[in-house]
Amino acid sequence: MRGIKSNTFADDFDPLTPTLSRTEREKKTVPVPEGQGPRRATRRFNYVWLGLWLTLAHAQGPDPYASERGRLIAEIEHEFHWTASMIGQAAPDPRVLEVMGQVPRHRFVPDNYVDDAYRNEPLPIGHGQTISQPYIVALMSDLLDLPPEASVLEIGTGSGYQAAVLAGLAKAVYSIEIIEPLGRQATERLAQLGYKNVETRIGDGYYGWAEHAPFDGIMVTAAADHIPPPLAAQLKPGGRLVMPVGGGFLTQYLVLVEKGQDGALTTRQLLPVRFVPLTGGH
Amino acid sequence: MRGATDPPSSRILLAIGLLSAAALAYEVLLVRLFSIIQWHQFAFMIISVALLGYGAGGSFLSLCAARLETRFGAAFAIQAALFGASTIPCFLAAQALRFNPLEALWDPGHVFRLCGIYLLLCLPFAFAACCIGLALSHYRERLHYVYACDLVGASGGAMGVMGVLYLVFPGTALKVVALLGLVASLIACRGLGSRWWPVVLVLAIAGLLVLPEGWVRPQPLPYKGLPQALEILGTRVIAERSSPLGILQVIESPQVPFRHAPGLSLNAPAEPPEQLGLFQDADGMSAITRYRGDPATLAYLDYLPSALPYHLIERPAALVLGAGGGSGVLQAIHHGAREIDAVELDPQIIALLREDFREYTGAILDRPEVRVHSADARGFVAGASERFDLIELSLLDAGGASGAGLQASNANYLYTVEALGAYLRRLTPGGILAITRTVTLPPRDGLKLFAMAVSALEAGGEAVPARRLAWIRGLKTHTLLVRNGAFEPEDRSRIRDFCRSRSFDVAFLEDASAAESDRYNRLGQPYFFEGAKALLGPERQDFIRRYKFDISPATDDRPYFFQFFRWPLLREAVAMRGAGGVSLLELGYPVILATLSQAVFLSAALILAPLGVRRWRGLVAGSGRGLPFRVVVLFAAIGLGFMFIEMAFIQKLGLYLGHPLLAVAVALSGFLVFAGLGSAAVSRENRPTRPAMAWPIAGIVVLGSSYLVGLPGIFAFASGHDTWPKAMLALILIAPLGFCMGRPFPTALAVLSHRAPALIPWAYGINACASVIGAVLAMLCAIHFGLSALLALAMACYLVALTAYSTRSYPD
Repeated sequence: MRGIKSNTFADDFDPLTPTLSRTEREKKTVPVPEGQGPRRATRRFNYVWLGLWLTLAHAQGPDPYASERGRLIAEIEHEFHWTASMIGQAAPDPRVLEVMGQVPRHRFVPDNYVDDAYRNEPLPIGHGQTISQPYIVALMSDLLDLPPEASVLEIGTGSGYQAAVLAGLAKAVYSIEIIEPLGRQATERLAQLGYKNVETRIGDGYYGWAEHAPFDGIMVTAAADHIPPPLAAQLKPGGRLVMPVGGGFLTQYLVLVEKGQDGALTTRQLLPVRFVPLTGGH
Repeated sequence: MRGATDPPSSRILLAIGLLSAAALAYEVLLVRLFSIIQWHQFAFMIISVALLGYGAGGSFLSLCAARLETRFGAAFAIQAALFGASTIPCFLAAQALRFNPLEALWDPGHVFRLCGIYLLLCLPFAFAACCIGLALSHYRERLHYVYACDLVGASGGAMGVMGVLYLVFPGTALKVVALLGLVASLIACRGLGSRWWPVVLVLAIAGLLVLPEGWVRPQPLPYKGLPQALEILGTRVIAERSSPLGILQVIESPQVPFRHAPGLSLNAPAEPPEQLGLFQDADGMSAITRYRGDPATLAYLDYLPSALPYHLIERPAALVLGAGGGSGVLQAIHHGAREIDAVELDPQIIALLREDFREYTGAILDRPEVRVHSADARGFVAGASERFDLIELSLLDAGGASGAGLQASNANYLYTVEALGAYLRRLTPGGILAITRTVTLPPRDGLKLFAMAVSALEAGGEAVPARRLAWIRGLKTHTLLVRNGAFEPEDRSRIRDFCRSRSFDVAFLEDASAAESDRYNRLGQPYFFEGAKALLGPERQDFIRRYKFDISPATDDRPYFFQFFRWPLLREAVAMRGAGGVSLLELGYPVILATLSQAVFLSAALILAPLGVRRWRGLVAGSGRGLPFRVVVLFAAIGLGFMFIEMAFIQKLGLYLGHPLLAVAVALSGFLVFAGLGSAAVSRENRPTRPAMAWPIAGIVVLGSSYLVGLPGIFAFASGHDTWPKAMLALILIAPLGFCMGRPFPTALAVLSHRAPALIPWAYGINACASVIGAVLAMLCAIHFGLSALLALAMACYLVALTAYSTRSYPD
């Protein structure tokens, strides 16, 4: 299913999505999962913080990174033509680009990389992990082909950026991170930015998240030498699982597992680039 | 104070030998250390460029040798001490810069870090070069003794460091190198009359001895497998072993199981049991699996593509090449193999399984049906007399380096057409050779392997290779079967059943269709099947020529299975860099090119730098027009020729002796010692005449040509013998060649000592730069044209040297 989907992540405290009015945002806010809501004191503090931020931000314009983000989105759109033959479409789902145009990537990278946040490059986030190249994030998000009411599982929260993008495409995002400090950091960051439809957990992702299964989409961003069968089992019929293969900085290809309505699994190996095996003439 | 005409004392010669040994050991150690910190290909690049420190030392010396020579003893002792004292701090500072080659693709800041590493690491080599160059210049009437000690010392260093690495970890070995430098200084400073200098040195040595181990441990980059595994809560290193082949570290992860099973089918009914992670050089994880004798816990092993041959042959006598953490052996046990011969190159891995984790692994290596051999796989097969129903080449090189395509420059005799032929000859009738490898996309190594199997079958007289080949692929691994006989319809049916129940694709069978080759793990195009068909058909050569990657079969003369690079790929990768284009590139080959271009550029700068100094130019001007140019050609040609021959022999002996480390040890020690003897035999009376240069070079050309023609025959004749007699024969073959190769350099220096002694350190620097460039060029030449061509090129270099060597203007 394709089409422009309304913004589903709650952004009470996200000053970087000023295009929606407060009323509109409240309308689109999904219920906060139990135990996930910020405490009143925190909320009050955040309102104070928001006021302060808006005062400062006003002086510099509504969103100092909006134009950089716009350039990045245009670049991603342009790069998609390399993939056309592999995924059967020359352009990404406009919903994906719209959401990526709103997610503040600079809030997901370490301070010393803020200036590079909107370059189409992977960046280190500590603990030997990386925040994926935006093009790969767009490609993988697009491949999941999520309906707006989707429930999606992510294995490998990392910085939380991919979860934030998925939050804009699905109704509920569940994300598991194995490295404790990274998981904590991402959880705090996502909460700060108001992604209320993202639930995170620190632990082993091999068995998925049974309480919330089945899922419309599963994204495995952690390194794995095989696709965990329990994850495939947690896919809904018609659901998709996407996994990149390769090191943190170099994505070699993507694996897409599709579960048919009959439960049968089909796997596709997708190159992120165009590949023409033979060159030259006879 | 001794002068240029005095012979060097034995004390000085000993100090020179020790220093040369320490410098060569430092070079080997740095490669080891940076292979742990980063990846071995980048370690090669970093150390190659850092070795230009020798050239820098020569250039520096050429500008101020006269001043230093007046106080030779003190200058030598200080430089030797500086070498010893700088080895550890320079390494630690270089490590602290945290250069990450993968990040450098995006972050230019890492290029500056790399430059910092070069500068730091070239310092100790520059100090060592200053010592040797100064000694050559100071004892110019007896410089052949100095050169001989330099070579023999280097030989000792090469052998010694390999032995030491079996006993201690590389960090500790680094302390030994620093110690050697300081001891060399201590020996050289005796007789200088200085009281405080020996005290300082002794204090420095004492400080070195109490230096905590932890300070000199290599810290791997966080992007390598081991540090990433250690980020998981509860993980810890529980065992470590060192050898010149690498550091082995075993990790336990009690909270999150490793579940290492590359290529496991999505239909697998069970996950892997408890495992320990086994890392080599902090990367390339394999697993040690817990086995308590319950076969049910190993059920997952039947859901890997590598399990296929066990469904075609019941209870085979299996030969597992590359036992590693024992997965291949477990798979054979699980499938009821009646005899299992397991071959593993690294004795430390065997020791881990047999000693440290004997109970954990259920003593699988000590079961009655299992025989373990600590040997090189190719060497073992060449020497084996028995035949096997199944020969399995498991994922020997699984892991990071392979994944990143960094192995292009590694000669590998496991995957050559001749190797496949040798494996096939050791099969019983109907026996199967099974090779499992990681799937690389776009397809490259799978197709190269298939092309090699076809060539090997044809070389063995098979008219219809297709009937003897079966190829399946899963999501992450593929398995190629080559049978000693045809796959019958019943076999083909079993293969299809195996694939169907595990969602694997039949990449090729004689009667396969394109549709069934792309059914479960879809690529959109049946690349594997179409490639296999083309490689079996009349258009094979055209297909190989036009394929985007280099998939031409690797042979014993060009044993570079991992070389896939072609120039158009670089252009495409750059064009698609924003869209994952780097996945098209194998980084190994571009890294060699990067190393070469840096080495050439820096060498040119180092060689030309002294010429830019007016004062020095004046010094040279009196030596005759065109002399500097001739010196460059002469010493560069000698350096290149020496390195080409040495590299060609290291590679050729790797196959002949059946062990890469033994090959390095025999070739290095042989060439360095015999060249040292050749150098020592250059008599003082040996006037710089044309025959003094012509005879050794004629010897090199005649011997080289004979070896070019005769070596394959000699090696084939001796292949059935034990290792040590074979090593002795190799040394006997090297002896006359090495002896001749030791003579041109001191003979050429002798000319300079008559004509322009100020040029001696410069010539030494040129020779050092040429050696560095030579090592990299040798790789490129061997990859493109083969080892025989490399040997021929070496002889051409020596002939160029002879041409550049002129005695016309030299005094009689």
